[in-house]
Amino acid sequence: MMQKPNNMMLQTLARLIILIILSFSIYLLLAGHNSPGGGFVGGLMTASAILILYLSFDLKSIQKAIKFDYIKIIGMGLLFASLTGVVSMLFGFPFLKHFFDYFTLPILGEVELTTAMVFDLGVYFVVLASALTIILTIAEDDK
Amino acid sequence: MNNIVILPIIIPFIIGAILIILYKRHAVQRVISGITMLILLAFSVFLAIYVYQHGTVVLEVGGWKAPFGIVIVADMLSTLMLLLSTLVGAACMFFAFQTIALDREKQFFYPLFLFLMVGVNGSFLTGDLFNLFVFFEVMLISSYGLIVHGGTGYQLRESFKYVIINVFASALFVVAIAWIYSIVGTMNMAHIAQRVAELDQAGALNIIAIMLFIVFASKGALFPLHFWLPKSYYGPPAAIAALFGGLLTKVGIYAIIRTFTLIFNHNLEFTHKGLLITIAGVTMFIGALGAISQFDFKRLLSYLIISQVSYMVMGLGIFTPLAVAGAIYYIAHHMIVEPALFLFAGVTQKITGTTDLKKMGGLIGTHPWLTWMFFIAAISMAGIPPLSGFFSKFPIILGGFEAQHYVISGVALLVGLLTLITMMKIFSQVFWGKQKHTEEQGKIPVGKLLLPILPLIALTIILGFAAEPMFTYSMGVAEEIMNPTNYIESVLKE
Amino acid sequence: MELLMSIVIGIIFSVTIYLFMSKNLLRVVAATLLLSHGVHLLLITMSGLQRGAAPILSFDADAYTDPLPQALVLTAIVISFGVTAILLVMSYRTYKVHKTDDLEELRGSADE
Repeated sequence: MMQKPNNMMLQTLARLIILIILSFSIYLLLAGHNSPGGGFVGGLMTASAILILYLSFDLKSIQKAIKFDYIKIIGMGLLFASLTGVVSMLFGFPFLKHFFDYFTLPILGEVELTTAMVFDLGVYFVVLASALTIILTIAEDDK
Repeated sequence: MNNIVILPIIIPFIIGAILIILYKRHAVQRVISGITMLILLAFSVFLAIYVYQHGTVVLEVGGWKAPFGIVIVADMLSTLMLLLSTLVGAACMFFAFQTIALDREKQFFYPLFLFLMVGVNGSFLTGDLFNLFVFFEVMLISSYGLIVHGGTGYQLRESFKYVIINVFASALFVVAIAWIYSIVGTMNMAHIAQRVAELDQAGALNIIAIMLFIVFASKGALFPLHFWLPKSYYGPPAAIAALFGGLLTKVGIYAIIRTFTLIFNHNLEFTHKGLLITIAGVTMFIGALGAISQFDFKRLLSYLIISQVSYMVMGLGIFTPLAVAGAIYYIAHHMIVEPALFLFAGVTQKITGTTDLKKMGGLIGTHPWLTWMFFIAAISMAGIPPLSGFFSKFPIILGGFEAQHYVISGVALLVGLLTLITMMKIFSQVFWGKQKHTEEQGKIPVGKLLLPILPLIALTIILGFAAEPMFTYSMGVAEEIMNPTNYIESVLKE
Repeated sequence: MELLMSIVIGIIFSVTIYLFMSKNLLRVVAATLLLSHGVHLLLITMSGLQRGAAPILSFDADAYTDPLPQALVLTAIVISFGVTAILLVMSYRTYKVHKTDDLEELRGSADE
């Protein structure tokens, strides 16, 4: 019988790396509407962070810890993205018309908030969930 | 009010997203998607009437002005195509309710179906060349999902080829887009048309025209890019095959009609009289020969698509108002009758358990209603008056003779005869002759299966007897698309 | 720079065609991947490789870059991501069901 490989290094480092990747991916998501970044890249990056989790620990224990149904998240993301367009229609503006304004928030100071970011959030969820679904489906099938 | 033109795209999209969330509850999915298709159908009837009365409706998405942003344009051609596609979609959906296997139904059948409708409706409505590519991809990715749906060995093997062909064609599409952009510097189709008219670059434009023609021809299954169609349409169940046969090739044909009337209408001798007519003639003949040599119901119908689709290209190639009106009429006729025939193949498969014509026979004894409904569809397809097949072929061929294209018109007449022989072959093999199915199979009730086909059959009769108003409408569409200044002005608002 | 890019695109396309001709399932998938890369490079090269500020956001730069090709390429990349994903899953399933990745054996007989 093969000995179980020692994953200590990977598992310890993974905790650190995942934190960095996740925070950077959130930054990309929030920056996306007018500088490099966006929901697509952010989603892929988050997916890669979660995949590192799956790689360093085993499939089953992560599935116990993360109990999201990724397929439902795909649907939610699509709904989010499309409803941002529809909301502007309800107010009589053209479909997908986007609005922005500057707000002063505590700690962060003045920030620009746009409806394009809500759209990006939808894209983020779709990309994250579909990338994970594809990879996990093949991974589970392989056993 | 202009926002109404986005609804045929966004409604199936939102419902598709909701159905993904509800993916475990297929009974709910079934009800929701059925209602959605009916709403879409009612809405596209409304949109067709609205556009007919008020003229072209243009939506500038996101409020970005016309040449810079994406536009959604509903003119008479788009709304006619939209109406037909939702009609066929609804019929196939209701047919699928009764025939699709439960384990297939659970595998995201309804979301994929609705996303396919998003892609098809979007392709008909968009006024932006790159956006057309995007909606093509939406449609194709859903079709990849539907064509392997169920995942049998045969389906996987043939679908792989279907996917590769389409991926390659899509890559060519992007290359053509890159070339157009480098010449005219815009993606808005109306703006492209305007700039192309000002430019004097016949050589470069001819190359782009051929490039785009290759892309759309591989979607529309024109010779020599037709070879993927019969094998890949054989695999999926009848409801999906009917949907594909009705919609997917017609999206390619619509794209050809749109680009070759709007953009590439300056070098008619080369593009229309040369390229389109030659390809149409060869495709027609090859498809008819393929159909006549087949002994499998679904494969025969697939070859029939190939030969019939080229009538529309021929009408466009002749490029007189009469012939183009005939082509429009023919699209309407074909989009109704071809899915009906595929659905009949599904019904006979349900009864006899096979699609091999030689193993069927004598269905007239056990299922007379099925037989006579098929008979109407068959003679309509063969082009016998007073059904829609005759009144749509007649102006195309008449236009051909008037414009002195004797060879292609002769070929079209010959192919009409071959189609008649093909339809009679099916009729005599499947419905006449000795009964080859067992008594238990003979007692299988098919009344509910025939119900979704009934509106299609009724429409081919109505389109035949009401040929005068339908032809006037087609004439209106033809005059509108052959005079693109109207389209350009309504998009660019000059 | 445009000349160099054209040569690169040409090389990518010829490698693509070579891979398309091979019998291996996975190589054909790799070919579609490379093809999409080549096409995206072509799209960005054909509109001219420009160096300049982002348009609309500011008015004081000397030169502006045309944003449209970049938007087009971004969209095309996302689409090819989706297509590649579906193609990979499909070829994996084909391999599982047919137990071969040789396209010669996946031809299917001529008469069926």
